[in-house]
Amino acid sequence: MIGIKPIVRKELSDHLSSYRFIILFALIAMVSLITVYMAGLNIKKDLEGVAKPQFVFLMIFTSSGALFSLQQFVAFFGPLIGLILGFDTINRERNEGTLSKLLSQPIFRDDVINGKFLAGVIIISVMMISILMVITGLGLSLLGVVPGVEELWRIFIYLIISIIYISFWLGVAILFSIVFRSVATSALAALAVWIFFSFFVSLGANVLASALTPDAGASNPEAVMRRASIERAVSLTSPMELYTGSTATIIDPMRKTNRMIMQMGIMEQLSISRFAGPLPLGQSVIVVLPYIISMIAITIVCFAISYTVFMRQEIRSF
Amino acid sequence: METHAIIETDELTKAYNGQVAVDRLTLRISEGEVFGFLGPNGAGKTTTLLMLLGLTEPTGGTARVMNVDPTREPVRVKGLIGYLQENMGFYGDLNARQMLDFVAELNGLPGNAARSRIDEALAKVGLVDESKKKISAYSRGMRQRLGIAELLIKDPKVVFLDEPTLGLDPDATNRMIELIEALCREKKMTVLLSSHMLHLVQKICHRVGIMIKGRMVAQGPMEQLAKDKFGIGSERYSLEEIYMKYFQEVRP
Repeated sequence: MIGIKPIVRKELSDHLSSYRFIILFALIAMVSLITVYMAGLNIKKDLEGVAKPQFVFLMIFTSSGALFSLQQFVAFFGPLIGLILGFDTINRERNEGTLSKLLSQPIFRDDVINGKFLAGVIIISVMMISILMVITGLGLSLLGVVPGVEELWRIFIYLIISIIYISFWLGVAILFSIVFRSVATSALAALAVWIFFSFFVSLGANVLASALTPDAGASNPEAVMRRASIERAVSLTSPMELYTGSTATIIDPMRKTNRMIMQMGIMEQLSISRFAGPLPLGQSVIVVLPYIISMIAITIVCFAISYTVFMRQEIRSF
Repeated sequence: METHAIIETDELTKAYNGQVAVDRLTLRISEGEVFGFLGPNGAGKTTTLLMLLGLTEPTGGTARVMNVDPTREPVRVKGLIGYLQENMGFYGDLNARQMLDFVAELNGLPGNAARSRIDEALAKVGLVDESKKKISAYSRGMRQRLGIAELLIKDPKVVFLDEPTLGLDPDATNRMIELIEALCREKKMTVLLSSHMLHLVQKICHRVGIMIKGRMVAQGPMEQLAKDKFGIGSERYSLEEIYMKYFQEVRP
């Protein structure tokens, strides 16, 4: 495995010195700072007169600033970070003729792709960690509230999930850069996939669910439930839904479930109204664990596909 | 001199989707030998080199480089062979020194050894003054010389040179030829040279092989090939004439 170190090192220095990274980083830092600043102002206004607000600090992630909350921002535009970092990983080297040079050195072929993926993940982590640190600092001075230990844990888990989410899109971009010879094609294909999953899947889920359950209405609660579960099932094919699902109860302790509608018996209603407090951290994690695991799974599957395609490609065509 | 073969292939075959690129190639190259690999474009020369490097899997036959099977242990073989590829690519935003540094690192050379070797290689190929310039500003001749410097960093026993003088101006070609001769003489490397520059091949190669449409049609020292084709008194024939003779026979 000596081959992976120089490749990671070179990729890191390439990324860090590229205009692409600087522009991306500046853009994201700017948007998140503005969002958090606006959110902070809103929170301050909203909480005036509230007796004992809980988990105030986490609200800067979920309450919307100008247009959207930080959580929504990462869900929508996080993929773009991964795609921009990865769409020309392999095909640029192939077009410039450096790939076969790299492969004729005494390294394993998988070192190249592992190293490139790893370097991308490191860059994503650096980006997310530094932005979250700045935001935490800004939140501290804006709200004047010190986050508790549990809140810090929640932010940490949120950070890890976000890194996995963006890494998934990095994996998609690397896959396209292996499959398509042309850099422009792979960039466009990656963008198309992003737009499809981010915007059209939830729309399509709604349409499909309504078409399948025409009899849903106030008089037919079973059909309403069925419609909701169909819609949820379809929309879960989108990684964005998985991400919002898996961060939902983590970053918002007051949320107790991920469903839009549910049926409750009288006793359940009673207990819900009596225990209105937040979920403990462990319980929040358990609620979204399936989401987190499926997100890790699709990331691994995506990388595994790139890996096998890359390992099987004929060198002659490089 | 009969030393043991450094490169041996037996019935080495490669087919792409039913089309045979290399057809039952049997080849022996012994230590310190300079072997000229001739043939028209698309004859399968590069494919043969890639199979010997373990970058492409043969569909039949076997190959061994210094007793290592490239198909089974590609990483070991790639450590033994220096490969100057055709239309070589460089990372344009690095300078020569950074590029060589990267190559040294990929070959697992420790920092100190790498530094002195890089200085030596840059001096040898005459790129010391330009070593701080980005490679994207290099001329084609400079790039090829940088490619030779990469070989010197690696310091292999065997080198494959695939069209090292392609597209170079006469002056750059001469400099390349000098460098290649130096590789052969001073470093005592075993060289497999594929080129269309027949006078270069004639000048430095001990033996030549002519490959046409995937098949090695002739193999041996030049005098012998000439004798085979032109009979007695063949010393006056140049390699070019011999090559054309073989080529015309195969061409329909």
